[in-house]
Amino acid sequence: MPEPIIRFEDVSKRFADKDGRELPGYAVQGLSFEIAAGELIAVVGRTGCGKSTMFNLLTGLLEPTAGAVRVYGRDPFRDFDWFRGKVAVVFQSDRLLPWRSAVHNVAYGLELNKVGEHERLRIACEWLERLGLKGYEDTYPHALSGGMRQRVSIARAFAVNAEILLCDEPFSSLDELTGAKLRAEFVRLVRENRKTSIFITHSIDEALALGERILVFRPPAYIALQVRPSEAATDAERAAMKDAILAAMTAGSADPVAA
Amino acid sequence: MLRHFTVRREALLAMLGLAVAWQVASLFFPAYLFPPLQAIAAALVKIFTSWHLVGEAAATALRILAGLAGAFALGVAFAVAMAKSPKVHDYLFPILHFNQGIPALSWVVISIIWFKTTEFRIWFIMVVTTLPAFAFQVLDAYRSISKDIHEMALSFRPSRYDMFRTVVLPTVVPGILTAWKVNLGNASRVVVVAELVGATAGVGYQLLQMQQLFDLAGALAWTLVLVLFVLATQQVLSAIETHVLRYRAQSERGL
Ligand SMILES: Nc1ncnc2c1ncn2[C@@H]1O[C@H](COP(=O)(O)OP(=O)(O)OP(=O)(O)O)[C@@H](O)[C@H]1O
Ligand SMILES: [Mg+2]
Repeated sequence: MPEPIIRFEDVSKRFADKDGRELPGYAVQGLSFEIAAGELIAVVGRTGCGKSTMFNLLTGLLEPTAGAVRVYGRDPFRDFDWFRGKVAVVFQSDRLLPWRSAVHNVAYGLELNKVGEHERLRIACEWLERLGLKGYEDTYPHALSGGMRQRVSIARAFAVNAEILLCDEPFSSLDELTGAKLRAEFVRLVRENRKTSIFITHSIDEALALGERILVFRPPAYIALQVRPSEAATDAERAAMKDAILAAMTAGSADPVAA
Repeated sequence: MLRHFTVRREALLAMLGLAVAWQVASLFFPAYLFPPLQAIAAALVKIFTSWHLVGEAAATALRILAGLAGAFALGVAFAVAMAKSPKVHDYLFPILHFNQGIPALSWVVISIIWFKTTEFRIWFIMVVTTLPAFAFQVLDAYRSISKDIHEMALSFRPSRYDMFRTVVLPTVVPGILTAWKVNLGNASRVVVVAELVGATAGVGYQLLQMQQLFDLAGALAWTLVLVLFVLATQQVLSAIETHVLRYRAQSERGL
């Protein structure tokens, strides 16, 4: 296995209230994993199990309470500026700037990376076209549908051409057909552009369809199971894998999904 | 479009009604109580045809704008300090709040005792009376920055300046324009009081003269000049606001 470029070492995170007192309970506890360059990882876990918190630790928006996060051997929280242009995130919601048209939203990351105006608009237009939004360059977010906005946000993340791409359930708010289409498009883009990427999802099917490796999270965010979908060759094996993931996600919780 | 037009027409009709009622009253009361409209108009013409008097009106307008500019600069500084540090906020907030309760006239007295120069007295009164509202409104605008958008921008690791330019500024500008519009109204009410501290020119000074001359038509004309200045400036601010906020969705049905 090639050298890991993302490494979580026994990472824990407890949130604090606004006076700095730590809240009871961990959002992430004892999380350890490694990801190699070029891997496409799917992370599944039920709502509230700490997946988005893991991303925020990975992007350096949060500082771990204990343990170490290393990306390219560096601490994303401490060496925050060093990572400029190296990590891009597609968030759970589109998070477009409402005062910018689609093309200027896509160009946003490039602008912060000091790419010249002409060049960044050219790249942004290309990405919009690739995601089926040609003709909507000058449209403001309020006049786009939810799915279109999400595609703009995907284009924004891809446009900066970062080596690491993080996606937080970007398709969960779309209808099944659009979601499936975008997911396929996303995988193609990731493979084509040889990104290292982590993809968070609620859906086991989505994880199986996407991931080369699946990390199953259980609250407070630790890894309950790791599987490789490619190792399930037959339908029966795939069904068994799915059951195992479901069991790992829900173990210990007394609710109807587990029953 | 259509809605705007109806509102404007209604506003015109309302003002027209008021003028007619006034004119009717002028028929039944002596002129020093209800001067007829033509007397007020004549007084207005007198103001606008004299360089000297236009200059006095301009002096008041400048005092308003200078006071607001000072209050805005300080208000931004206070708001940023309060937003950055909860400690500063906890100390500054009660002081500003307390300040809001002090009547403008008290500041006039304080200012006369503290300072010598008339212009500085007026400026001080203008600043100190409009500062709290500015500080609170700018703070509100600053706090309305969405955490999600802020984090999205952070994920690209912008410089502080880029963060300010691309996220903070576009978020706070609408709130700041509103604050200017509101404070402009407040400032125009305070300025005439402030001009009582010994100004020898300006709308406040002229109002005092008119009172001594028992010239209500003149007093009303000067009042109109001030009101027109405020309305015109607010129109300009509204036009800027409409331009800046053109990206926003319009609901077909109003609130
Ligand atoms: N800023 C915060 N302050 C306090 N607690 C937080 C904060 N952010 C997250 N949490 C808590 O951390 C836990 C994990 O939240 P997180 O958003 O990481 O879950 P998630 O796995 O992404 O859920 P979902 O699938 O619904 O998006 C939750 O219990 C949440 O309440
Ligand atoms: Mg989440």
